[in-house]
Amino acid sequence: MIERTPILDFLTHALLVLSFVALLMPMWIVFVAATHDFHTVNQVPMPLLPGSHLLENLAAAWERGNFDRVIVNSLIVALGVTGGKIVVAALSAFSIVYFRYRLRMVMFWLIFITLMLPLEVRIVPTYAVAADALRPFQGMLDFVGISIDLPEWNLLNSYSGLILPLVATATGTFLYRQFFLTVPDELTEAAKMDGAGPIRFFLQVLMPLSKTNMAALATIMFVWSWNQYLWPLLVVTDHQNYATATMQLQKIVPGPLFGEPPVWNVAMAANLIVMFPPVLVTILLQRWFVRGLIQTDK
Amino acid sequence: MEKRATFSNLWLAAALIAPQMLLIFVFFYWPSGEALYWALTLEPPFGGDNEWVGMLNFQTVFEDPKYWNSVRISITFALFATSLSLGVAAILALFVDRRLLGHQVYKFTYFLPYALAAPAVGLAFRFIFSPDAGFVSAINRVYPDLWNPALDGYDAFALVVMAQAWTMVGYNFIFFLAALQSIPRTVNEASAMDGAGVLRRMWDIQLPLIAPTLFFLIVINITDSFVNSFGIIDIISAGGPARATDLMVYKIYTDGFQGKDYSLAAAQSIVLMVLIVVLTFVQFRYVERRVHYS
Amino acid sequence: MAEIALRGVRKSYGKTEVVHGVDLDIAAGELVVILGPSGCGKSTLLRMVAGLETITAGDISIGGAVVNRLEPRQRGCAMVFQNYALYPHMTVADNIGYALKIAGVSRADRRERVGKVAGSLGLTEFLERKPGQLSGGQRQRVAMGRAMIREPRVFLYDEPLSNLDARLRVAMRVEIRKLHQRLGTTTLFVTHDQVEAMTLADRIVVMNKGVVEQVGTPQDVYNRPESTYVAGFIGAPGLNLLNGVADSDQGVVTLRDGQRLSYDRVRWPEVGHGPVIAGFRAEGVRLEPGGLSGRFDFAEELGAAQLIHATIGGETAIAHVAGATRLAAGDPISFIVDPAQVQLFDVSTGRRISGENESVPADRKGVHGLVLV
Repeated sequence: MIERTPILDFLTHALLVLSFVALLMPMWIVFVAATHDFHTVNQVPMPLLPGSHLLENLAAAWERGNFDRVIVNSLIVALGVTGGKIVVAALSAFSIVYFRYRLRMVMFWLIFITLMLPLEVRIVPTYAVAADALRPFQGMLDFVGISIDLPEWNLLNSYSGLILPLVATATGTFLYRQFFLTVPDELTEAAKMDGAGPIRFFLQVLMPLSKTNMAALATIMFVWSWNQYLWPLLVVTDHQNYATATMQLQKIVPGPLFGEPPVWNVAMAANLIVMFPPVLVTILLQRWFVRGLIQTDK
Repeated sequence: MEKRATFSNLWLAAALIAPQMLLIFVFFYWPSGEALYWALTLEPPFGGDNEWVGMLNFQTVFEDPKYWNSVRISITFALFATSLSLGVAAILALFVDRRLLGHQVYKFTYFLPYALAAPAVGLAFRFIFSPDAGFVSAINRVYPDLWNPALDGYDAFALVVMAQAWTMVGYNFIFFLAALQSIPRTVNEASAMDGAGVLRRMWDIQLPLIAPTLFFLIVINITDSFVNSFGIIDIISAGGPARATDLMVYKIYTDGFQGKDYSLAAAQSIVLMVLIVVLTFVQFRYVERRVHYS
Repeated sequence: MAEIALRGVRKSYGKTEVVHGVDLDIAAGELVVILGPSGCGKSTLLRMVAGLETITAGDISIGGAVVNRLEPRQRGCAMVFQNYALYPHMTVADNIGYALKIAGVSRADRRERVGKVAGSLGLTEFLERKPGQLSGGQRQRVAMGRAMIREPRVFLYDEPLSNLDARLRVAMRVEIRKLHQRLGTTTLFVTHDQVEAMTLADRIVVMNKGVVEQVGTPQDVYNRPESTYVAGFIGAPGLNLLNGVADSDQGVVTLRDGQRLSYDRVRWPEVGHGPVIAGFRAEGVRLEPGGLSGRFDFAEELGAAQLIHATIGGETAIAHVAGATRLAAGDPISFIVDPAQVQLFDVSTGRRISGENESVPADRKGVHGLVLV
């Protein structure tokens, strides 16, 4: 469109550049702080250009945060949750959209309701279940009066305890459902005419078509599960073996409580390590990330 | 919406949906039900089965001024953080949508903060806004003791609001921009031909047309500020100083896991759940309005 | 003086040029239709006039003043968009009155003028509805009302009828024509539908691949296509086009299979000897023995008439004949073509062969042609 608004254009650029700085400044400061030594970082005001101590700070943070182990844990959890969601959600969405049975709408609503309440608001009882995953079944048996004692299945301090409750929400199911509903009926009919059964149709037609949606879901789920904080904090007491990366931040906060001077440079280096994977994923896969965001919530 | 072409193998249908149902039963419905049970019962001090106490736990919760403090703080927190991040995001989206030179860069950088974990954001903001080091501390050089979130409740509150708003700006920006881009280009062109300038178009055409997205985002933001803020609070202020940032989720966590009072924590969980469900229903009403436009 | 003048107007997106230098003059009060297939640059041209696209090169002037750098609102044009582009959150009255509101017209004046326009379009009872509650035809009218209320210097229509069903399209076509007669506003109308173009236009601009192929009255474009492209595009079916070699001494074109098609030698003095494309209208063909012979392929039923598709000299030719035929595929068939109706085109450029003499009055055409052969 031909529009000549030089003043407004100038203001627009100014606004956008300033916001750019404001939005990225915190990350920049984290980075800069991670590159200075202990004394420089505690100067007031702190320098805004990077120094030369990045590697030693990273090494110190790596050591302190036990990142050798926790990065692996975080990766296992993030990939586990991502993979679990992609598979479980695809299957259940396929069932809801492509089959017709009486309980279908009931199932639909049961899944839909889970969208409303995030894990954080029901942590206390979920924690109790994680302490014994067979507890709900035991409860059911007790309720109907069958006295069989199920064994205890403790999920605390285990990967399944970290992963399974995070898989148990409906985000992915709805993304797939929305997508399946846009797949033309003619395609299903054509596949049926060609003699494909439901499983073949699912694997050879529906799944290949869903690739972009899966990529979007995977990106968003990876970032989401990497960033989980409260749940790992509860489920893991064996910090040596099962702590995740985000949990380490709590330990590394330089608190005045302990009377020691704050070691901000190392803390920020640790923060950099924790921030790095999700930022990398979102930058590399930004298209999928944005698409995933918009689709999972709409 | 319904499919015309479906399959009829019921056993297969059941097997496909089973993993999902099993997961949500064990980790969603059972715990939610149990929360209700705990909220209505008390664990006797010397063991044995829980004792039915009716609304007693709720009564205890509602009579506790500390609880009302956390409700008040949660709501103020939600209002401030939500309006700040929505306002900034809407303005940014409107101007990025002008598609001047460089708008692609903004499109792909403004949402970056949202990719960060809440505790990481908390740690970053704690350092940047720390009173004796970091970035903002310079202010204290000029005006001694003007800024100290570790001691001053208002400062701490402002800090967590900023951290929360900062993470959500990127998220809201993406949605606003998507909404703006779904407005047919010709509608903007028509109003330009009708004589509306850039700012007039934003006000008369674009803002009203992204209003449904705004309502949807309000709910998402409030929910997120209730929930995701845990990591921010835990790292920045741990609810303090003097409970100035003691949000509901944080209080549930401290009562339940540090105070080991499951019944009290459960009752608070139930209240929070109800609050969020009500919000979601409000959102549904607006979702209907959105359909109305098209 | 021309109300709208285009001089060497070009448009490129990056390195791709989509409009390759268009010159056009539109007189005040004229209704000009730009006709062409999708992607030919016709909408881009219209949007450049509106100020919605920048002009890469050349000049556009409206009312004698170059408007290249003027914003849309400064050009005095009103536009009706293909998808109507109504403001979905405003009522019909607000949609129509929006331009006045921006211009600062008082509420009372606005109401009166909106009422008048709505009345003339039969929209009075819908004034308080939102666009979402209207039918396609009603929305179309609202879009027209929004354009009319500004009493613009120029109306621009961008394929405004293509989203309507066939019956409504015909009705709206008539309304647009009536509106133009009533208001006499200079109008530029873009469409890909040749029937729409023929019925609406004072003059038609035929575009193809970013180039103006021909400008002329509907009669001109139909009877004297300037290029094989226009010949094939205008008319249902388009002109029959057969390749051959001309012999201007005898006034015949020898087709690929050796058959001879006569043309009016007086009318086409500069044909010379060499390959040409000969064209004739399906409507002028008679199916009688002694003409061009070929094979019958199939017939398209039109109700009152049939389109007979045949292969002549290895190429397809169509005859438009009244009544029914009883032919089977492969049957021999003969096309009688009046030499006066044969038009000739250059093989390499596709342009109509130049140096043509004024065509002879229609009633004498046949006689004249026969005498010469």
